[in-house]
Amino acid sequence: MPVLEPLIELGRGLWTTFRSMFERPVTYQYPEQKRPVRPRYRGRHVLKRYENGLERCIGCALCAAACPADAIFVEASENTDEERYSPGERYASTYEINYLRCIFCGFCEDACPTEAIVLEDDYELSFTDRRSAIYPKEMLLEPVGPEAEPTPQRTPPGLYTRAVPEMEDPKD
Amino acid sequence: MSKTVTLTIDGKQVTVPEGTLIVDAAKKIGVDIPVFCYHPKMQPVGMCRMCLVEVGRPVVDRATGQVVKNEDGTPQIRFAPNLMTACTTPVSEGMVVLTESEKAHDGHRAIIEFLLTSHPLDCPICDKGGECPLQELTMRHGPPQGRFPYEDKIHFEKHFPLGELIYLDRERCILCGRCIRYQAEIVGEPVIGFYQRGRATEIVTYSDPGFDSYFSGNTTDICPVGALTTADFRFGARAWELKAEASICAQCPVGCNIVFNTRREAKSGGRVVIKRVMPRQNEEVNELWICDKGRFVHHYTHSAERLSRPLMRKGETLQPVSWEDALRTAAEKFEAAGKEVLVLASGRLSNEDLFNLKALADGLGGRAVLYGDMGGGDLTTLVGVGQGTNLATLGAGDAILVIASDLQEEAPIWWLRVKQAAERGATLIVANPRATKLDTYASFVIRYANGDEVQTVLNLAKKTDKIGQAFAEAENAVVFFGSEGLGLEGSQRLAVACAHLLRETGHVGKPNNGLIGVWQRANDQGAWELGFEPVADLQAAFEQAGAVYIVGADPFGDGRLTLDGVKERPFLVVQEILPTPTTEVADLVLPAQAYAEREGTYVSGERRVQRFYAALPPYGEARPDFAITAAIGKRLGLDLEDGSAEKVFERLAVTQPAFENLTYARLAEVREQWPIVGRGDLYYGGTAYENRRGLGVQLVPAAQREEPVTLPEVQGEAGPRPEEDEWLGVPVTRLLDRGTTVLLSTLLHRRIGEPFVVVHPMAAERLSLAEGQKARLTVNGASAEVTVRVDETVSAGVVLVPRSMGLPLYEPMKVSLKAL
Ligand code: SF4
Ligand code: SF4
Ligand code: SF4
Ligand code: SF4
Ligand code: FES
Repeated sequence: MPVLEPLIELGRGLWTTFRSMFERPVTYQYPEQKRPVRPRYRGRHVLKRYENGLERCIGCALCAAACPADAIFVEASENTDEERYSPGERYASTYEINYLRCIFCGFCEDACPTEAIVLEDDYELSFTDRRSAIYPKEMLLEPVGPEAEPTPQRTPPGLYTRAVPEMEDPKD
Repeated sequence: MSKTVTLTIDGKQVTVPEGTLIVDAAKKIGVDIPVFCYHPKMQPVGMCRMCLVEVGRPVVDRATGQVVKNEDGTPQIRFAPNLMTACTTPVSEGMVVLTESEKAHDGHRAIIEFLLTSHPLDCPICDKGGECPLQELTMRHGPPQGRFPYEDKIHFEKHFPLGELIYLDRERCILCGRCIRYQAEIVGEPVIGFYQRGRATEIVTYSDPGFDSYFSGNTTDICPVGALTTADFRFGARAWELKAEASICAQCPVGCNIVFNTRREAKSGGRVVIKRVMPRQNEEVNELWICDKGRFVHHYTHSAERLSRPLMRKGETLQPVSWEDALRTAAEKFEAAGKEVLVLASGRLSNEDLFNLKALADGLGGRAVLYGDMGGGDLTTLVGVGQGTNLATLGAGDAILVIASDLQEEAPIWWLRVKQAAERGATLIVANPRATKLDTYASFVIRYANGDEVQTVLNLAKKTDKIGQAFAEAENAVVFFGSEGLGLEGSQRLAVACAHLLRETGHVGKPNNGLIGVWQRANDQGAWELGFEPVADLQAAFEQAGAVYIVGADPFGDGRLTLDGVKERPFLVVQEILPTPTTEVADLVLPAQAYAEREGTYVSGERRVQRFYAALPPYGEARPDFAITAAIGKRLGLDLEDGSAEKVFERLAVTQPAFENLTYARLAEVREQWPIVGRGDLYYGGTAYENRRGLGVQLVPAAQREEPVTLPEVQGEAGPRPEEDEWLGVPVTRLLDRGTTVLLSTLLHRRIGEPFVVVHPMAAERLSLAEGQKARLTVNGASAEVTVRVDETVSAGVVLVPRSMGLPLYEPMKVSLKAL
C-alpha cells in the first residue's frame, strides 16, 4: 500500500535511533580521555637510547635521505671519549624534523641502521606557527632511563671503537 | 702522429695510439672497466687486480707471419688462459677484450669479496659513502652475500690523524697505494708510505708535522675508499646533501678551477655555507688537483665577523647606517674631492669590480692604484704567454726559467706543473737567492746575491754560458718572475729584463712562450689589464688625496699606510668583507659580498679569463663590489653599469682591446677533456668534478696580435745589497700567511705558525741566536717579536721576512734583529 510505506520507513528509522540509546557510546572525551593507539600506529618520532643512556642515533642522515618529504635535517659531529653521545664514531649534533612536512610514512625507520628513529604513539602535533612545527633533537630524544646517565657521557678509552655499533645493545 | 692500433672491446671497435692501456682505450668508448689502484694520471702498478678482463689476440702463423683466418674470413683469436689486468696491458693490433664475460665477472666478484673480508661496514657514517668507488663497484660487481664470518673481520684503528689536515681510517684502506704513489710520483714528496706487510700493512707518515705536503688534500679525492678524509670536512655532510657550484680559487695567480660544495649549517645559524672545496678539472690549468690552501681557506666566507651593514663614523665609533645614507655620503665626499680621489683596489677583486672602480676614478679625474708591491704587469700584457699555452705540453726541447720566486709557496699548482715539465725533459732553470724546493728538479740552479736579479737575466741573455744557450736554443720558453726579495721597483726592473730576454731569444708571441708574473693575488694580472698600477710611495699618495676609496685591501693592517703624523686626513671609504685594521680607521665602511656569493671573472697569471659563479646567498646586506661602485658613480652622474656582472663584462669587452669578443657565454664553453672524470665512475679519476661551467679563454698578448711591442729600457739593479755590518731585510712570500682570510681557517693555524724570519746559521750565531729562539725585528721604527729559523742557503747579511705575517716589510730595506 503506497500510503502506508513512508510511515513504516519512518518507524524503522526511529527504532534505530531509539535502540542506539542503549548501546555503549564510542565517543572519547578527548583531551581528558585518550584512546590507546594500535601497536603499529605511526605517530611522532622518538629518538631512542640504549639502556646505558647513550643515543642510538649516529647521525648518518640516512633517514633524511629516505624521507620522501624532506622533513628531516641531520648534522653530525664526532664523539670523543670525554664527550660521548653515541657508541659510534659520530652522533647527531643537530637533528630536526619538520612536522609540517612529515607524512608519517615510516621510511626513516626503515632506513635507520641502528633502529634509532621510531614512529611512536604521540599524535598530538599542533602548532601555532611554522617555527614550532620543527622539532629539535631535545624534543625528539627519549628521556633517560632511571638507571642510565644522560648524554654526553665520559667513557673509558677503547670501549667504543666501532664506527657503526652492532645492533644489539652495546656494552651496557 | 704516433702509430695507432685498432682493437675490439666488448664488440666495439676503437682506434687508439700505440702504447695505450686497455683500461684507457675502453674508457674512450664508454666501456667502464672497474679499477681501484689504477689512476689515469699515474703509472699503472697492477696491485689490486680489480680490472681483470679477458684478452684475446689474433693467432699468427709463425711460418708466414700472417694472421690465421677462420673459415668465414675473420681472424682467429686466441684468448689468454688467465684473466689479465687491463690497467697494465697495452693494446695491440686486432686485440679482442671482453670485460663483461662470465669469466671476467667471476674475477671481479672474487676480488670484491676478498677486499670485503676485512672491510668494515661503515658506509652509513663514512665520509666517502655515496661517492665511494668500493661501494659502487660492490653494488655492480660484488657477490650478494659474503661467505666470511662477520666476527672474523680484523679491526684496526679508525681515527688516526696523519697530520692535522688528513685523517686515516686504517680499517677502510684497501692498500691500493694511490695516495703513496701520488705523493711520490706526482708531487715528489714521499711523506707517506706503507709499513709492515701482509695483513698488518698500514699507511704511515714520515714527516713532522704529519703528512707535510701542500698537496695532501688531493689524496682524499683519489683514495678509492673512505680511508683518507680531510679533517676539515670530517663528518661535515653526506655527499648527496651537498650542492655544487663552479668557482675559481682566489688564493693565488694559478686560478685553479674548483667547486664549492655548499649546504645549510645549523652551527652557522642555518645559513648556507661552504662545506668543502673540490677540484674541477681543467687540464690546462690545474688538471685534477688543488693545493691545501685552496682547499681549506674558505671559512672566512661564513665567519660571524663578516661585515653585514654599512657603517659610518660618528665620533670615535662606527655606527650602522642605511645604504642610502652611506652611498650618498660617499658620493658627496668623492664629488668634493674631485680630482683628488684615490681609488686603491687589490687583485682580490674581480675584473668587473676593477672595471667599475677604474671608470669611477677616471670619471672624477682621480687616480686608480693597484694595491701590492710587485710590478711588471704592463710587460705581461705585452709579452705574456701566448694564447694556447699549456704547461702540460712543455717537455724535452723546451725551457722554463723561474726567477725570484719560491714557486711552491707562491703558486703551488704551477710548481707541480713546472716540476712535471722538467721531468718530461724540459730544461728548468731556477734562479733564486736561496734554495727552494724546485731546485731538485732544475737542470740549472743559479744562486745570485740579492740585488743581482737583473744582472742574472742579462747574463743569460748574453748566451755565453751553457745556461744562456740552453734557454736561447729551446723551442719554447716560459719565464716565471716573482717578487722574492724585491719590492715594486725591483720586480718591475726584473720583469723588463725578462721581457728583453724572451724577445731577444724569440720566445714571445707564440703559445708556450712568454712571461708569467707570479703575482701575490689572484687577479693582479686582471687589474693590470684594466689599467691599474701600483705606486711606489703609497703613503704620499694617501696623504695628498682628498678622499680615498680602499677596496679589498688592508694597507693599515699590512703596515703600508699609517695615520701617524698625517695632518689632514682624507675622507676614507673602505669596502671590505671582514673587519680589518683598515676598516677600523675608516670614515665609511661598505660591506661587500665575498666572491663566492656573486658572479664574476678573474684573469690568471697565464692570462686566462675564467668565470666564477654564485655559490652562496649574500651575507646580510652586503652587495657586490661592482654594484656598490656603480651606485656611487650614478649619484655622481657617471654612467656605470650596476645591473649584473655579465652586463659589466659586456662593457668591459667593448672598451678593453685585450678582451675583445669575449662574452660570459664564451668563457663558459667546455670541451671534452682527457682523462674523463667526474661522471658515474668515480673509481677511475677520483672525486674531482667534471668541468661543465667553462674552461675560460686565454687573452692574446700584444706580441701575438702582431702589434709593435715597445719594451722599456733595462735599467740598473733590482734592489739594494746588504752592506757591511747591516741587516738587509727582504720580503718573501709564504703560502700560508697570517692574512685576515687565512687566519679564519683555524685548522691551518699550526701550519701557519708564528711570525718568523730566516737567516744564515752563521748570522744567527753572530747574534747569539739559534733555530727556534725569539728575537726582536725592527723595521722602519716598527718592531715585532719573531722566531728565528736558519737556512744555510740564505746570504749572510740578509734576513728573510715573510709577507703578510704581521711584519711591515714590503721591499728590501735595512732592518735590525736582536736577541730577546
Ligand atoms: S635516526 Fe637513524 S637514520 Fe637517522 S641519522 Fe640517526 S642513525 Fe641515521
Ligand atoms: S669506504 Fe666505501 S665501502 Fe667502505 S665504509 Fe666507506 S663508503 Fe662504505
Ligand atoms: S689510504 Fe686510500 S689511497 Fe691510500 S692505499 Fe689506502 S685505499 Fe689506497
Ligand atoms: S695553487 Fe693557487 S689557485 Fe690553486 S688551489 Fe692553490 S692557492 Fe688556489
Ligand atoms: S690492478 Fe688494475 S686497477 Fe688495480
